[in-house]
Amino acid sequence: MAPAPATGARLIELTGVSQVHRVGDQDVHALRDVDLSVEPGEYMAIMGPSGSGKSTLLNVVGLLERPTAGSYRLDGVEAAGLDDEERARLRRERIGFVFQVFHLIPRLTAAENVELPMVLSGVAPAHRHSRVNAALSALGLADRADHRPEQLSGGQRQRVAIARAMIMEPDLLLADEPTGNLDRQAGAGVLDTLEALNARGVTLLVVTHDPEVGDRAARRLRLVDGAVQDDRRQSKRAATPAPS
Amino acid sequence: MRPADLLVFAARAVGRYRVRSALIIVATAVGVAAVILLTALGEGARLYVVERFAVLGSELLIVFPGRNETRGGAPPMLAETPRDLTLNDALALTRSSYVRRVAPLALGGAEVTYGRRGREITVIGSTQDFEHMRHVALAQGRFLPASEPDRATAVAVIGATVRDELFGSERALGSWLRVGERRFRVIGVMANTGQSLGTDLDDAVIMPVASAQQLFDSPSLARILVEARRREDLNRAERAVIDILTERHDGEEDVTVVTQESVLGTFDRILRILTLAVGAIAGISLLVAGILIMNVILVAVSQRTPEVGLLKAIGAPAPTVRNVFLAEAAVLAVAGAGGGLLLAWIGLWIGRRVFPEFPLAAPVWAAPAAVTVAVVTALLFAVLPARRAARLDPVEALARR
Repeated sequence: MAPAPATGARLIELTGVSQVHRVGDQDVHALRDVDLSVEPGEYMAIMGPSGSGKSTLLNVVGLLERPTAGSYRLDGVEAAGLDDEERARLRRERIGFVFQVFHLIPRLTAAENVELPMVLSGVAPAHRHSRVNAALSALGLADRADHRPEQLSGGQRQRVAIARAMIMEPDLLLADEPTGNLDRQAGAGVLDTLEALNARGVTLLVVTHDPEVGDRAARRLRLVDGAVQDDRRQSKRAATPAPS
Repeated sequence: MRPADLLVFAARAVGRYRVRSALIIVATAVGVAAVILLTALGEGARLYVVERFAVLGSELLIVFPGRNETRGGAPPMLAETPRDLTLNDALALTRSSYVRRVAPLALGGAEVTYGRRGREITVIGSTQDFEHMRHVALAQGRFLPASEPDRATAVAVIGATVRDELFGSERALGSWLRVGERRFRVIGVMANTGQSLGTDLDDAVIMPVASAQQLFDSPSLARILVEARRREDLNRAERAVIDILTERHDGEEDVTVVTQESVLGTFDRILRILTLAVGAIAGISLLVAGILIMNVILVAVSQRTPEVGLLKAIGAPAPTVRNVFLAEAAVLAVAGAGGGLLLAWIGLWIGRRVFPEFPLAAPVWAAPAAVTVAVVTALLFAVLPARRAARLDPVEALARR
């Protein structure tokens, strides 16, 4: 899928990143002086109690937020120097997002939701349909292509969202509590899907407060009050088989 | 984003809220239809007047005695009594090579009786040429004979109303009418022609101009109708008429010449302006429709804030987000405009059925103007909410419920 980068190159490099949100008349430090580097193909869980800045970190990495201080380099490019248009283009082409509440557009079918990033990029319709079909088939959703989100189960919805996140073949996949709205079984299926993508070379960052989910990642980052408390790599688990 | 994809995306969003979208489309349609129908009424009135005048022929000049033009300078110390127009004045006009025909016109009222029935009726004294210049149609008999204009013969042509009221079912042709103190033989009955330039020919008696002058005991003419040889000669004919009459009136220009064209032109201008004004008033409803569309887009943006966040997260730059909502406004406005065209078409069809004699037709500019105004105002008003959507912070937008 993603082009294999040179070993040792850093896909994500944060140096001294701080993020201050102003809530009312109070400054809330969502991130404090975070240093982080992620290599291509890594599988990292971002953990910590609620309010610890997990989502903010993911949003900064995903170019949805500009940090108040520090430097963020995505594949060597300093994000602070990019204008909104360039950031949008990078999100479109290099980053996939998966959200806790799926964020599927209710009036569109599963296939149309998956197609959306290609529509935004101006990909010709002829190319779009075969890619959507392939993506849905890969996630076992071929027979759900014409269903609307409300006709799908939670697990199916999240798999549609994953298909949408991956349709532009990004090399970075960011998931914010992807199993938070799912039961145990559906959640496990979604994690299997994400890990299968990681196994094919996609860099995977998962925000979760669930230790069980975090345990599956090769690397675990623990945030407390916006600061990195712990950053630990563990021996890689046996690769989970990709779902049909 | 490709324009076609943008439109499909917008159309599906519009289709999602059926009732709300339908109401806005109806509002826009009513506005567009109002513009087209009201301007059609104005244009119809204009065409109606133009048609009525066109019957008279556009080569026509009308000469009135006296000069009622306001001019600068002190008012004359000695009252200028305008000389009357006489039969000889009228005959002199035929000297000009630009003049084809001349019809002197003596006008007055007289008691017209047949048997025991009688009433006051307009009497027109003229010559045979009057028939051609006023396009008089005869139902029976013939028009005034081509005799010397200064010969008073006792013949008359009567209007359709006169025939009906005085003769009833009796035969009018060949009967003797009493007009004032004299008797005239009816040689012709005019077909129903209706009002024309202020004179109701249906309710009039036409006789040789010399007979009328004797009847009224006056040598003066109320006006002279002059027909130019060609339409292009109209201005030269007007000049010639003024020159000839000035010369005959001791060098004093004491007549007023009105062309058919100038009267028609004035009406034409007034009614065109009226049509524009009425169209503009109806256009206000399009402004209202534009505000309604703005409101719908505002509601759409706030209802679909998470969607805006998602679009941004998956890489839609701000202009694309703005265009998504502008496209929705455009879809609503275009659908409304289309509905309005249909509505106007139905309205015009019904109008023509109900009033077949009235030339109900929208001016050519009405439909394009109404559609353009509808779409442009919708887009202008939608810019505000669309830009608000484009400026939303993606993280906040995603978190919104």
